[in-house]
Amino acid sequence: PGSLGTGSRDVALCFQVSSAFREGTISPTELCRKCLKLISKTQHLNSYITVTEELALRQAAEAERRLLQGVPRGVLDGIPFAVKDNFCTANVRTTCASKMLSDYVPPYNATVVQKLLDQGAVLVGKTNMDEFAMGAGSTDGAFGPVRNPWSYAAPYREQTGKTPDSDWVITGGSSGGSAAAVASLTSFLALGSDTGGSTRNPGAHCGVVALKPTYGLLSRHGLIPLVNSMDVPGVMARTVADVAVALGQKPVGLTFSLLEEFDVKNLCVGIPKEYHAPGLSAETVAQWSRVADMFEGAGARVKEVSLPHTQYSIVCYHVLCHTEVASNMARFDGLEYGHRSEVNCSTDAMYASTRHQGLNDVVRGRILSGNFFLLKRNYQHYFLKAQKVRRLIADDFRSVFKSGVDVLLTPTTLSDAARYRDFTQEDNRTRSAQEDVFTQPVNMAGTHTHTQTTTHKHTHRQIADDFRSVFKRGLPIGLQLIGPAVQDVKLLRVAQWAEQMVGFRSISDCDQAWMETEMTDREWTSAV
Amino acid sequence: MAASTGAAIELVKNINRRILTLFPKTLFVFRHISTRSSQCQSQAQMRTKSAPQQLVGVVGLEIHAQINSNSKLFSGSAVSFAAPPNSQVSFFDASLPGTLPVLNRRCVEAAVMTGLALNCTINRKSFFDRKHYFYADLPAGYQITQQRQPIAVDGILNYSFLGGKKRSQVVRKTVSIKQIQLEQDSGKSLHDEVHSQTLIDLNRAGVGLMELVMEPDMSCGEEAAAAVRELQLILQALGTCQGNMSEGQLRVDANVSVHRPGEPLGIRTEVKNINSMRYLARAIDFEIQRQIGVLQRGGLVLNETRTYDSKSGETIPMRDKEGLQDYRFMPEPNLPPLVVYEDTSSLPDGVDSSQAVVMQSLKEKLPELPGVKRDRLVQMYDILPEHSFTLMSEDGLVEYFETVSKATKMEPRRVIGWVTQELLGQLNQKDMSVSQSPVSPPALAELLELLQTGHISSSAAKQVFQKMWTSGDKSAAQIVKDLDLGMVKDTARLHSICQKVVDAHPNEVQAIRNGNKKVLNKLMGQVQRETKGKADPVLVRAILEEKTS
Repeated sequence: PGSLGTGSRDVALCFQVSSAFREGTISPTELCRKCLKLISKTQHLNSYITVTEELALRQAAEAERRLLQGVPRGVLDGIPFAVKDNFCTANVRTTCASKMLSDYVPPYNATVVQKLLDQGAVLVGKTNMDEFAMGAGSTDGAFGPVRNPWSYAAPYREQTGKTPDSDWVITGGSSGGSAAAVASLTSFLALGSDTGGSTRNPGAHCGVVALKPTYGLLSRHGLIPLVNSMDVPGVMARTVADVAVALGQKPVGLTFSLLEEFDVKNLCVGIPKEYHAPGLSAETVAQWSRVADMFEGAGARVKEVSLPHTQYSIVCYHVLCHTEVASNMARFDGLEYGHRSEVNCSTDAMYASTRHQGLNDVVRGRILSGNFFLLKRNYQHYFLKAQKVRRLIADDFRSVFKSGVDVLLTPTTLSDAARYRDFTQEDNRTRSAQEDVFTQPVNMAGTHTHTQTTTHKHTHRQIADDFRSVFKRGLPIGLQLIGPAVQDVKLLRVAQWAEQMVGFRSISDCDQAWMETEMTDREWTSAV
Repeated sequence: MAASTGAAIELVKNINRRILTLFPKTLFVFRHISTRSSQCQSQAQMRTKSAPQQLVGVVGLEIHAQINSNSKLFSGSAVSFAAPPNSQVSFFDASLPGTLPVLNRRCVEAAVMTGLALNCTINRKSFFDRKHYFYADLPAGYQITQQRQPIAVDGILNYSFLGGKKRSQVVRKTVSIKQIQLEQDSGKSLHDEVHSQTLIDLNRAGVGLMELVMEPDMSCGEEAAAAVRELQLILQALGTCQGNMSEGQLRVDANVSVHRPGEPLGIRTEVKNINSMRYLARAIDFEIQRQIGVLQRGGLVLNETRTYDSKSGETIPMRDKEGLQDYRFMPEPNLPPLVVYEDTSSLPDGVDSSQAVVMQSLKEKLPELPGVKRDRLVQMYDILPEHSFTLMSEDGLVEYFETVSKATKMEPRRVIGWVTQELLGQLNQKDMSVSQSPVSPPALAELLELLQTGHISSSAAKQVFQKMWTSGDKSAAQIVKDLDLGMVKDTARLHSICQKVVDAHPNEVQAIRNGNKKVLNKLMGQVQRETKGKADPVLVRAILEEKTS
């Protein structure tokens, strides 16, 4: 019997589920209950900050009623999804994994959330993250670190031979909760946010498809900002087709195959030489080469290209990130909402105390350095210079795509996921610099939004053929595809082709026990 | 006399205009020469008398004009002055996380229209910036403003005021407008001293403001007040700002310094919280005198912010909130460059003209500006320039005057006295606005028509006017009838009264006979006294002339 995650790869899982709803093999309420049950069983992963059980069951019941009345809203009707806890959700607390907002209940839905709800998707919970999305491990949040589900799956357990609780690996970040939610099969779709790689990085470490759409393609309204000029809502799912569905792609015939008009022979794949960076693991290089060869073997033109300013990107990214952080965080003063200190001897003292108590060291450190960069005497030496380099980085991408390259193929991260114990040996800033090295240049390039010529979008996908033999540690390795601005669908086609060729695996493909222990109900597995 | 003054002014204006065109840089020098007014004049005279030169004031202004729009600059909340606290606050205004600004086109158009009316260069592309400071009524921790490239720059405001000994000479001046920038208003903090707490009202937070920066081209409070008054009239004519100072729609901060002409500018102070035109002039003049005093005593003027205390009439130092502020300006990342298009043909493909700000269409909508209106009134109605100022000084007075003039055969230059003296006198005395006047334009026109056609004398007309003020909607004719104020044209009766007067004033009669014809007026006055001002003056004069010949 087929199980979730092993169906035909060009068919979106949500399409399969939708068919099952119509055929009556499972109801939206039943599916919702199963997801909630799985969330509860995988509580140790700490993927969710808030589980919206009541709301989810109510929404599922509504989807079910629509289904029975023969008026479902479409393929997402009744499909469970999770949302990173920096997207505002009406009447559902939205914490940004910070003490500052630990009790904050927004009065409105972020546009991307609203759009999914409007299509009948069922919100199962708000996912864990680094505080205010500042981090690359999902280890620096007020609600504790997120554990990578693969730490608990057979391939990794067999490698380490230890109990998972003592040796678990991180999810990457900052959208680690969303990646873990999708990887652990507790939701079909998840929203992340991507400023310097925060969707793609955990997507790679957790082995799920993660799309950073072109800057501006999806509304930022309701996304609590990290860096306004780089933030995009990201989409995570188990298949490329599901990501396409979430982006609003209409089905082609009865499936969500994006490959109808795709011929790999017409494709030119660029391999940026600067991405052979220090610290890149041998395994990652091997997978990178393997997939490049795969494209070449299928008839695509694969050529080395240069993005000469890549090496300066991460430093400039930090300057720009911290300056906008300093500005964006100014509103958290305890007056209108959020945590407020008891200190009330003066307004200034109240501000200082509130912000000290409410924000962690990482956030306060970035505020401090960001304000330093913005001082009148420093502005031109830091902010302005970083902006100029940012333009050069954008120009790098522009000229490569102008030269006839359709997509760039790069690693997403230097290596697979680190053990929590190792990861936390270095501070947040060092880790962010290492983890975001391949991902943030495209966020940087997405600045000149009004010209709409320089933004780039990416998807990446874990390439997991056979964990036991190929990957020594039994953990996913991610690669990244980068395409020109506003060609998100074209990029997804390339991704779907790669997905089919490589044969992505979900956690249940690699660990039958996962499915058996977590999903005992055969009714569901047989349903889809 | 009036005519020659007018001609001189016209000449000065023309020269001014020409010099402006040819040598914009010489403007300052020229202005210096041509500047004469009461306060400034005394300084100028002192200057010429005694070397070394006297200290004179230098005044620049920063004016915040609240944009007259239905909704705020970046949100859909209503703009409303007297609404209950925190009732006009959108999620964005309260800076809820995740909210984004949406620019209000009406506010941009208001700024462009104002820029055009003030002869500014409109920047085709301007930018928004964040200005950071922590304050309780600034919920985001920053204000969105235009620091790098404002929407309008390099303008000129021509203003004039009545100067000279009798305050009857029109003095014309020019002040440079450095820039107009769009920005957000802040909320309001209400300090409750009793419970030692601060209450925040965010109704005003996010309302669109135009900040206008006027260069330090003024030299005294009177000039500054006149410039602000002219700006107020322009904004009101444009409809871009209601301009009510007491409601905070127009807020003025003055940068004041003193120096000896020709020397570099002195250290300046900023005088804030000036909320009426009258206080503006007083505050500036006080501050100039204060600074002169400090320097003359050998002291130093401190670069500080001061506030005007209307009770004592003094400026006093404000508690400096944060010492030296670094506002840490940064481009506002959520707003793309603001583009203003020249005309509809310059719109790029795909841009909906109803969504774009197009200069040409705004130019076409510009109404008659106050300066042009004054010139038109002088020409059209043959009134004195100072009358045009008086007419423009009160809301609705021009319209009142024009309505009355059109409804009566009386010459406008006679009507003007009734409007600017009788009507305005009454209004001022009772602290009423033109629209509150119990005497409507048609009612006054009816009265003036009775006067014009000789049914009543002018002194009787004044009595009727007084009565009209208090007698509800009684018509002028009715009042004339009730009070028996109709002109006495009974020749026999007038003969008898005149004879009585002539008999009682033999000395005057003798004087007239000796050729002093002016004395006849005294006798006429006596006759009017006898008739309570009702005698027909033409008849009386004829009879008296006959009797004294």
